[in-house]
Amino acid sequence: MSLLSLRNVSLRYGDFVVLERVNLEVKAQEFCAIVGASGCGKSTFLRLLLSEERPSGGEIRLDGAPLAAEPQADRGVVFQRYSVFPHLTVMENVILPMELAGSCLSGRACGRFFGARRRAAMAEAEHLLERVGLTHVRNAYPKTLSGGMQQRLAIAQALIPKPKVLLLDEPFGALDPGTRQRMHEIILTLWEEEKMTIFMVTHDLQEGFKLGTRLLVFDKLRWDPQAPEAYGATITYDLPTDRRGQLPNELARKAELSKKEPTQTPYRNEGPFNVVQ
Amino acid sequence: MGRLINRRSGRSGQLLLGALPFILLAAAYLMASDARLAVNPNDKLLPSLESFADAINRLAFEPDPRKGTYILWDDTLASLLRLGLGLSVATGIGLVAGVAIGLLPLARSAFAPVVAVLSVVPPLAVLPILFIVFGLGELAKVTLIVIGVTPFMVRDLSMSVAGLPREQLVKAQTLGASTWQIVTRVVLPQTLPRLVSALRLSLGPAWLFLISSEAIAATEGLGYRIFLVRRYLAMDVILPYVAWITLLAFVLDWLLRRLSRKAFAWQAGEVSL
Repeated sequence: MSLLSLRNVSLRYGDFVVLERVNLEVKAQEFCAIVGASGCGKSTFLRLLLSEERPSGGEIRLDGAPLAAEPQADRGVVFQRYSVFPHLTVMENVILPMELAGSCLSGRACGRFFGARRRAAMAEAEHLLERVGLTHVRNAYPKTLSGGMQQRLAIAQALIPKPKVLLLDEPFGALDPGTRQRMHEIILTLWEEEKMTIFMVTHDLQEGFKLGTRLLVFDKLRWDPQAPEAYGATITYDLPTDRRGQLPNELARKAELSKKEPTQTPYRNEGPFNVVQ
Repeated sequence: MGRLINRRSGRSGQLLLGALPFILLAAAYLMASDARLAVNPNDKLLPSLESFADAINRLAFEPDPRKGTYILWDDTLASLLRLGLGLSVATGIGLVAGVAIGLLPLARSAFAPVVAVLSVVPPLAVLPILFIVFGLGELAKVTLIVIGVTPFMVRDLSMSVAGLPREQLVKAQTLGASTWQIVTRVVLPQTLPRLVSALRLSLGPAWLFLISSEAIAATEGLGYRIFLVRRYLAMDVILPYVAWITLLAFVLDWLLRRLSRKAFAWQAGEVSL
């Protein structure tokens, strides 16, 4: 049985169709990389999975039940920016989810641990910080950390509630290439160890191939030059990435291009991604 | 060093340049005062330093012959109490209403328009109403400060809350936070620095409303004293009182700035106003 299933999901704002006829079945422990030209609705798709947006049509089911109407602890998220709380230290950021879930009366009211519970939470957090390599900055504020460290902290924080699905919205987009390589290793390790299901939006095709077990390409199947907003994007390719050799020709070409010029964005927002240049 | 925009002073030069306008102002006053007193030794407009010292001594360090208390300290205490009370109430309302309007869409729909309208009512125009409704006692003066300062605080704080990145609120929800927990753990801690700076900005208007209401109806207070002795052209009292009020305002501002730096270490370097 699939963990997450989307049936004929669409999203439109008035006449502006963002997504249409999105169908998807995702099993537990899959790593779905989502790529597509900018503005093609891949971040919107993630917002749907997060319940930040409600679909205009169709149905999303998580674990067989309809998706909750608001963001909840069953779906974790890491954004490109602003994912950690600037007023809390690294350690406080990691124990915050435990404090929020704390079920004692005082814990729920003020969302804070004291005494023995706090020490227990800190021990657990310490272990997690070790895995993402942040123990040496446990008392620093996020502002003083590098971009990569902040994202590692955000990931660690998102893992605490043990979400069924982890949603990553271009998490490494603002990082330099070296840092990005390290982040890839960390996220792959965590993914294997935690047996998570991950959705990751990226604009880097290579990154998608490297990390994902499955590559979802978002694009518009129909394109009306006179009314670009008339048709929405959908999943145009759904590829298991272990069969990379059998890529559709045009995608293979793009992948080749992006390998040759790793610094250059593989494609620009010049129209539908499917159009062969 | 050719261009003026690239010329800087050293540390001591900076102090000197900063002190220069004060020295010039003092010198100008002394020269003008001397000139006037030379013509008429009883001139009251620009008193000499000795008459200032006399007046300060009489008001601050000698008990008033009729009441047996020290006038300056009585006035200061009365005014600071009104100011403190008014600002506390305004800050409390500002924080609660600001967080509610900034965070909760329902509260925003309900209260944002009324706050927008109330904030353009000139508070001094309401003062007669306050005196009619609350009488000439303390309540009317404190209420004037509250009315004058609160709308600004509410708007400033609600804007700062509404300006928190959407990502943070979503993230907090995915970590399992309830609305109340989001308020206490995410919104309030990040709003408090803004609260302190809003309070600092409100000090000026608060003093204005305090002195205005004291000028109209009071039996003690810094503003009351200034307007009382105005009838006798007692510049030897008025000028020291103005200097004293300025000093009090400056110290309050300085204390709040220190508090903000000490208490909110996480945003080091952000507030350097």
